[in-house]
Amino acid sequence: MDLAELWSPIALTLQLAAVTTVLLLVVSAPIAWWLARSEAWWKEAVAAIVAMPLVLPPTVLGFYLLLALGPDGPGGAIAGLFGGRTLAFTFEGLVIGSVIYSLPFVVQPIRNSFEAIGDRPLEVAATLRASPWDTFWNVAIPLARPGFLTGAVLGFAHTIGEFGVILMIGGSIPGETKVLSIAIYDYVETLRWQEAHILSAGMVVFAFLVILTTALIDRRSRSRRR
Amino acid sequence: MSVGEISAELSGRRGAFELDVAFTTPMRGVTALFGPSGCGKTTVLRCIAGLDPLRGRLQVGETVWQDTARGIFQQPHTREIGYVFQEASLFDHLSVGDNLMFGRRRAEKRNGRSKTESLSSDEVIDLLGLEPLLDRDPYGLSGGERQRVAVGRALLSYPKVLLMDEPLSALDRRAKEEILPYFDALHQRLDIPILYVSHDPTEVARLADQIVLMGNGRIIATGPVSEVFERLDLGPATGRFEAGAVVSARVREHMAEDSLTRLCILADTSDGLRETGQFLSLPSVNAAVGEDLRLRIRARDVALATRRPEGLSIRNVLSGHLTEIVEDPGTAFAETLVDIGGARLRARITRAAVRELRLQTGDPVFALVKTISFDGRAIGAGGGLEPAAWRTRGPNE
Repeated sequence: MDLAELWSPIALTLQLAAVTTVLLLVVSAPIAWWLARSEAWWKEAVAAIVAMPLVLPPTVLGFYLLLALGPDGPGGAIAGLFGGRTLAFTFEGLVIGSVIYSLPFVVQPIRNSFEAIGDRPLEVAATLRASPWDTFWNVAIPLARPGFLTGAVLGFAHTIGEFGVILMIGGSIPGETKVLSIAIYDYVETLRWQEAHILSAGMVVFAFLVILTTALIDRRSRSRRR
Repeated sequence: MSVGEISAELSGRRGAFELDVAFTTPMRGVTALFGPSGCGKTTVLRCIAGLDPLRGRLQVGETVWQDTARGIFQQPHTREIGYVFQEASLFDHLSVGDNLMFGRRRAEKRNGRSKTESLSSDEVIDLLGLEPLLDRDPYGLSGGERQRVAVGRALLSYPKVLLMDEPLSALDRRAKEEILPYFDALHQRLDIPILYVSHDPTEVARLADQIVLMGNGRIIATGPVSEVFERLDLGPATGRFEAGAVVSARVREHMAEDSLTRLCILADTSDGLRETGQFLSLPSVNAAVGEDLRLRIRARDVALATRRPEGLSIRNVLSGHLTEIVEDPGTAFAETLVDIGGARLRARITRAAVRELRLQTGDPVFALVKTISFDGRAIGAGGGLEPAAWRTRGPNE
């Protein structure tokens, strides 16, 4: 059994999940804020678009992403700027796919937290000379901390467990796109059960820890709010 | 309009509710926006803060905050206000000290240190007794403590006007009594105007100098508190059950043996307070001899007699004459106004009594006030039978 060969997909997966989570938080905060505060009638349509990855089969999402990231899609055009031909089958492509795939898992808890704040703290901040921008950073975000924590944990975990989308847009290039779930699939295909066992059991423990962590965050924020 | 005034003309519609108000009030002292629940007083206050937009014009001193006709609308965070909400609404993610400094830091960044600064932060903290709370989290505070922090936070942001929206209504009786003395101290110490929304006549009588009486989205009356409260035609708006008069009185002597305090009733004249030579006694008041107090005497606690009664347990019998009788058709009652050597009392008696005693305007009468009937709620902590007495301020304070 080659330890380096086992470690490579783990490291790649952690790297992908970390980059994806940071991007997800940055992208989700303004979307969640708008969804929580806007009175536009069409905001639920936007919310539905954000939530679609929950329902769509990953292969469908992956198929369209493949077209979008490929040489003839916008992804290819962007890749062209950096001297590449395509974003499909690259780490960057995986990050883009993962962000879209996990978006609802991050937007929803943050939106809930923003909504739970209500109007009052924002009005109080306004009467205390805080501009809307100042209020967003120094009142809304700190008060929505539990939502950001839950969102970060869920986004990270969901990216680690990703399979279908990555299979479609990334294939199985070792060190580049061969993440954990793909590696397990390959090991099983080639009847290397021992390696598959090690990685799978690790995932079971990881999943348990994630769920426990979110439950604990949730409980703590609720007991603080009383 | 003069520079030393707050003037508001606001109108608009919220659902089926229509609001149309215009008033001016001086740039000092406490002005109560007073009226029954749902009359629009909170909406007016929120408009002044810029939190709810209505059409109209709003000027505070020299600054125009809103003028719809000229397209002016200053955003709430650019208006120099302090706003105290019904619930303290402290920021849960900040300590008490950081809550207090939240507005102050931003006001200083925006305007530099205000030249018209009236109170230093130490003074505010001292005045509201906040020192022991500074390092604590908002969670552990009692309702009264939270509201004191909220008032301090608003005051520290260099406001030109302090807006308070029923700041006591979410508190229980104990917490109210704990916080009221702090409000009295503020009232005496602050030189910025306070707009105070309330539906509680006792609170208004205790704290306010001027009153803007509202009902159903309209202004019904404005003026000094004592004048508005004694106008009989305003009965329905000021709350008939709680209708009463605000009377000033000077402490004459303490009669320790009977646990009573004797006070001389004062008349409010154009040259200040003048003694009327009529006396009241009430259960011991914690005030020095010579000090002036304000009392609120409810109309339903005053009875009238045409001759000085004898053999009566009521000790407070005041002689005066009837200046107004307003019968309330469809009910058993009539509202009357009695002049006591320049001070005025309201009495609520039955229409049958008016007829049988043949009471007419100008008749000499004796007003009977039950000693224990002074409104106990208005005084600081203590038993329910304590009188409603509090210090009056001189006109220039």
